[in-house]
Amino acid sequence: MRVIVTVYGLDRVGIIYGVCKLLAEANVNILDISQTVMQEFFTMTMLADMSGATKELVKLREQLNELGKEIGVTIRIQSEDIFTAMHTV
Amino acid sequence: MLTNAEIMQTVDMLDHQKLDIRTITMGVSLRDCADPNPTRCAQKIYDKICRCAERLVPVGCAIEAELGIPIVNKRISVTPIALVAESCRTDSYVPFAQAMDQAARVCGVNFIGGFSALVHKGMTHGDETLIESIPEALAVTNAVCSSVNVATTRAGINMDAVQRMGQIIKRTAELTADADGIGCAKLVVFANAVEDNPFMAGAFHGVGEPESVINVGVSGPGVVRHALEAVRGRPFDEVAETIKRTAFRITRIGQLVAQEAASRLGVPYGIVDLSLAPTPAVGDSVARILEEMGLETCGTHGTTAALALLNDAVKKGGVMASGHVGGLSGAFIPVSEDEGMIAAARCGTLTLQKLEAMTCVCSVGLDMIAVPGDTSAETISAIIADEAAIGVVNNKTTAVRLIPAPGKKTGDEVSFGGLLGTAPVMPVLTPSAADFIARGGRIPAPLHSLRN
Repeated sequence: MRVIVTVYGLDRVGIIYGVCKLLAEANVNILDISQTVMQEFFTMTMLADMSGATKELVKLREQLNELGKEIGVTIRIQSEDIFTAMHTV
Repeated sequence: MLTNAEIMQTVDMLDHQKLDIRTITMGVSLRDCADPNPTRCAQKIYDKICRCAERLVPVGCAIEAELGIPIVNKRISVTPIALVAESCRTDSYVPFAQAMDQAARVCGVNFIGGFSALVHKGMTHGDETLIESIPEALAVTNAVCSSVNVATTRAGINMDAVQRMGQIIKRTAELTADADGIGCAKLVVFANAVEDNPFMAGAFHGVGEPESVINVGVSGPGVVRHALEAVRGRPFDEVAETIKRTAFRITRIGQLVAQEAASRLGVPYGIVDLSLAPTPAVGDSVARILEEMGLETCGTHGTTAALALLNDAVKKGGVMASGHVGGLSGAFIPVSEDEGMIAAARCGTLTLQKLEAMTCVCSVGLDMIAVPGDTSAETISAIIADEAAIGVVNNKTTAVRLIPAPGKKTGDEVSFGGLLGTAPVMPVLTPSAADFIARGGRIPAPLHSLRN
């Protein structure tokens, strides 16, 4: 399954590092990353492949949520399908 | 390829605009559960529901987790019980409601619909027994929802049934008086009821439906309202276009969820219901969409036109997004379940008369409206007759879900909690319709029912 990880909140050092570290530990392969910072507001979207993942999506979401709380940003991880369904005909 | 902006738009809808899937409803046929022995019939009903729907909640939760979108309700609808229980030698169908309730508890769903009868042209003994059982059935169960279809465009209005349902609603309120008449929140009187409605309290599994089916109801008033903020002051053409685009996006998610749920449960996908279903939560209100179009308070002059535009644009946007659209598909205006409607009713701008006019142009009808506890059965029947007439003549579904709140008078409030919300008690007109309702018989079908 391909997933999209989204992160948004106030910018600070180490956001991408923290997210990538968790994904790497779960053997999730990152396919694409895009990030912007506008007036200190950070957004990042990341496409990743979970086919070789060693952790369940639900477990990974829990860990990302904890990380998000720790560093003060909102982190979501969702199947790519919901975005494709909504934005492509 | 998805763009950053598109991804963040979806995330914003989920995190800040209350986008959710309102319900995955599994329809289950109980036609093979008929049995002359009522105990055996109840057992068959229980067993069949549990067998068919045991994986519904876990599958729903798994889809919710993967897609990252809340699926607020997982529910079950069954064949109208009057049809299933008719061959039983018994004078009460309450045990069948209890069997449904128990099965709902075991399956983990919050509502189960189908304690129903279709009596638009007349009543069989089974229909009569079911209708007589409704007040007690709704008082002794938690999850069971009941509906009675009293009119269709093809058959006209069964005024005997309309008369009886006024009394049944009163009795249901009395038997659940300790909870502000909550039994009535689970009882819908329909004209032109649909067979594949996933929304409660009016869902049942129609006789033309397959053995089992998945129907999905979408939501998203908050998303529509947010989208309209971008076209403030612009002409209605742009308003309609904006709603269509938004409805398309919302419905695509409904379609995805319906297909996933159907495939994982191994049952056919039935329909996506395009209804905009509000909740009592702030930011999830249909009334606030109408106000965003430029009305100071929902219910004021202009409200019917605003609602007509909304209802039409939602359908036009949604129909392209789904392979099979069905159910009620329109905007819901349940007073107690919509934060903006509650506010408008409290300040007196939104009245029963205006709500009746609004039901001419939107989905369903007079929904979740609390009226004074001393409202007579005849007045309730007359309100049902008015709504049925709107449905029959306009070839659309209409419904009445009124709560004559015991001991309450105009200006009081009733609170049902959860999604059922809070309702200010609204005044009804006091001149009597008793002689009108006492006539009984049938109001003939309109001329345009003869379409062959």
